[in-house]
Amino acid sequence: MGLVLLVVIWLITFISAYFFIAKTWWLPAGASVAAAGIDHHFSTTYILMGAVFVAAQVILGYFAWQYRDRGSASRQAQYSHGNNTLEITWTVLTLILFVGLNFMSSSIWASERFRPAGPGAVQVEVTGMQFAWYFRYPGADGKFGATKPELQDASAGGEGAIGLDTTDPASKDDVVAGTMYVPVNREVDVTLRAADVIHSFFIPAMRFKQDAVPGIAIHMHFTPITVGDYEIACSQLCGLGHYKMHGILKVVNQEDYDKWLAAREAEKQ
Amino acid sequence: MATGEFAAHAAHAHAAPTSWIRKYVFSLDHKVIGIQYYFLALTAVFVGMILSLLMRIHLIWPTATLPFLGEIKPETYLSLLTMHGTIMVFFVLTTAPQGGFGNYFLPIQIGAPDMAFPVLNMLSFWVTALAFIVMIAAFFVVGGAPLHGWTGYPPLSALQSAGPGEGLGADLWVISIALFCLGALMSALNFITTTLDMRAKGMTMMRMPLTCWSWFITAILGLLAFGVLLSAGILLLLDRNAGTSFYVPLVTINGQLAGHKGGSPLLWQHLFWFFGHPEVYIAILPAMGLCSQLLSVFSRKPIFGYKAMVYAMLSIGFLGFMVWGHHMFMSGMSPYTAFAFSVMTMAIGVPSAIKTFNWLGTIWRGRLRFTSPMLFALGFVSLFVSGGISGPFLAQPVLDIQLHDTYFVVGHFHLIMGVASIFGIFAATYYWFPKMFGRMMNESLARWHFFISLIGTYAIFMPMHYLGMAGHLRRYSQLTELNYLHGLVPLQTFMTYAAFVTIAGQFIFLFNLFWSMKFGKKASDNPWEATTIEWTTTTPPPHDNFGGHMPVVNNGPYEYSVPGAPRDYVMQTDPPLAKAH
Repeated sequence: MGLVLLVVIWLITFISAYFFIAKTWWLPAGASVAAAGIDHHFSTTYILMGAVFVAAQVILGYFAWQYRDRGSASRQAQYSHGNNTLEITWTVLTLILFVGLNFMSSSIWASERFRPAGPGAVQVEVTGMQFAWYFRYPGADGKFGATKPELQDASAGGEGAIGLDTTDPASKDDVVAGTMYVPVNREVDVTLRAADVIHSFFIPAMRFKQDAVPGIAIHMHFTPITVGDYEIACSQLCGLGHYKMHGILKVVNQEDYDKWLAAREAEKQ
Repeated sequence: MATGEFAAHAAHAHAAPTSWIRKYVFSLDHKVIGIQYYFLALTAVFVGMILSLLMRIHLIWPTATLPFLGEIKPETYLSLLTMHGTIMVFFVLTTAPQGGFGNYFLPIQIGAPDMAFPVLNMLSFWVTALAFIVMIAAFFVVGGAPLHGWTGYPPLSALQSAGPGEGLGADLWVISIALFCLGALMSALNFITTTLDMRAKGMTMMRMPLTCWSWFITAILGLLAFGVLLSAGILLLLDRNAGTSFYVPLVTINGQLAGHKGGSPLLWQHLFWFFGHPEVYIAILPAMGLCSQLLSVFSRKPIFGYKAMVYAMLSIGFLGFMVWGHHMFMSGMSPYTAFAFSVMTMAIGVPSAIKTFNWLGTIWRGRLRFTSPMLFALGFVSLFVSGGISGPFLAQPVLDIQLHDTYFVVGHFHLIMGVASIFGIFAATYYWFPKMFGRMMNESLARWHFFISLIGTYAIFMPMHYLGMAGHLRRYSQLTELNYLHGLVPLQTFMTYAAFVTIAGQFIFLFNLFWSMKFGKKASDNPWEATTIEWTTTTPPPHDNFGGHMPVVNNGPYEYSVPGAPRDYVMQTDPPLAKAH
């Protein structure tokens, strides 16, 4: 039985570890400034934790086999209540490992979340509602017009859906779209809102995730570095259509972005 | 203290009941109540497991028509996952290890004739049973069971119009949880009082088996955590039905104003996780205590670092109340607090690691007997390591950006809080079944059950980590809408097949349990040659546990392979060992 246990535990360990090492399934390719740092720290954590995982399982399997009761051939079990030096050693080592990892990642977290977006960032307001994302651009005045919940009408789509108050002068040039366009290599300042329940705005390739909470506007930023189309998902359970609440982020070069925005403005007039 | 002790002793001095109802239904005997809790959890775990199978079937064959149930719609899927989570967390992981085995064995292991408050004990069970009935009723009302997930985040959970199941079904869900909290609070008081006041002569705190420590600490966590959830639940009920706005700001559903103003959705998350994180430890601590116990018994060796184990459990309990924010890194909570919660969460990993080292230290140079409880205890260690190792990923907010709300989280908590705890429950069942029912369980069936469960659960939950890394979100009822999920479907299919096999394996356990009650080999009083007090009394124990005399404790709980002793274990009630060691 000791041998069977050893084989089963080791096999489970090696098969699990294989798929991690082979990266058969892995993080999606990153396309933002933040991705490299986050992925690097993920790899560091994963190498350290992976080593602990394999070591602990291998030792467990080995001990199960080595110290099995072999009948009369076995020695008496060792009578020991433990060892304080060992206890202190592994406590200190684990503490250093865990808290050390934490401090290593804190600077990335700080740059993502402590610092607000720079002054030249592209402004996009993202509103989540059951079960769609709407993206609003402030237009030439750089100001978002007022929105009012009592004006919201999901069936109207676009401006109507988010309840844009057309009597507010600042709203005149606001553009509301169903697809998110942003220029490449420019910081995007996202203002997240939710109309009904909590949603979460997740762009895997940008390493961007943040809940959109009704009643508060949350600012978060990212900088895309590769032109392309990226999927946006909702990552917080928001109701029966949660699984189909998705959108597209189109990262384009500055000219295409300007052209697209101008066309939307023209449509509006 | 004197009057307290008097009250406790006067209350437990109840005579053995004679009527069937007082003996088996409204019993005051902690052993009967323990078995009642156990069977409640057993019913719940099979319900919860079938729900999970339906979910897995729906993920792979979304348009399949099932016998009796028809087609599973997306909202039905969400109801299934809500009820699966709620039933498993409350009525299995909280109920079986603490309510079941804790009730039965805490008094016997500390040498007490019953719990401190037998009537309260009976009430705790029946309130819990009522809570379960109310929970199940949610399936059968108009609109069905709620779809807001076991975490029930408002406004989704607070607004009747937010989706199907958010009507009466959601009210029943909240009421059931509130009732459960009441039962758990009464039970916690009982456990704490019993441990502090009713230990036998010579049973100092530091001579208590680690199982008793784990039940004691779990009860303290329960007392502090369930009160908060109860209050949070009542506020949610008021928001839902009395027009208050604790959790709901000004929102519209489908363009209609919901009629609330000024509430904070994040308030619920804080209250819920202030309960929710300690709850993780409520589920796992008894399994930790038990597996420590079993590794020592079946390695024929004292536990490695008894005091370190006790301090580790105490610090887990203490730190467990300071880490709830790590569930909220992406919630909109201040990023500065996220940093603080992250450090505390990493710190709580340390005592967990200490325990793992001590478990390995216990079997090191032991003489291992691979009985069924020992197999499950070793499996527990393996699962605890595997589930624990993903913790330091999720404890770092910067990695949560990618991993939060993905299958990585689901894999993590299922391995450690779900499967590892359930391995603890299995180990406890195989270990104490002889004492509870007077017969042994079948060892060959138990081994089949063990290997199917170990390999099967790894096959289901390890791939979840791969899915999560690839960005696969949880609580998605269909995998068709997002393009990047399409490539992951084969892995999901594999997991569904693994679930079929694993669940089939659980019926081996069910058969073994009931078959052995009737036909198992007769058990002796101490079939495992263990040292703790429950093995000194007859099998099954008499109404007052010890047949009229009170045990006197002379030794620690883990005196195995003592040099010079006549046999390889010295019982706690044996004459005192020489002070040499």
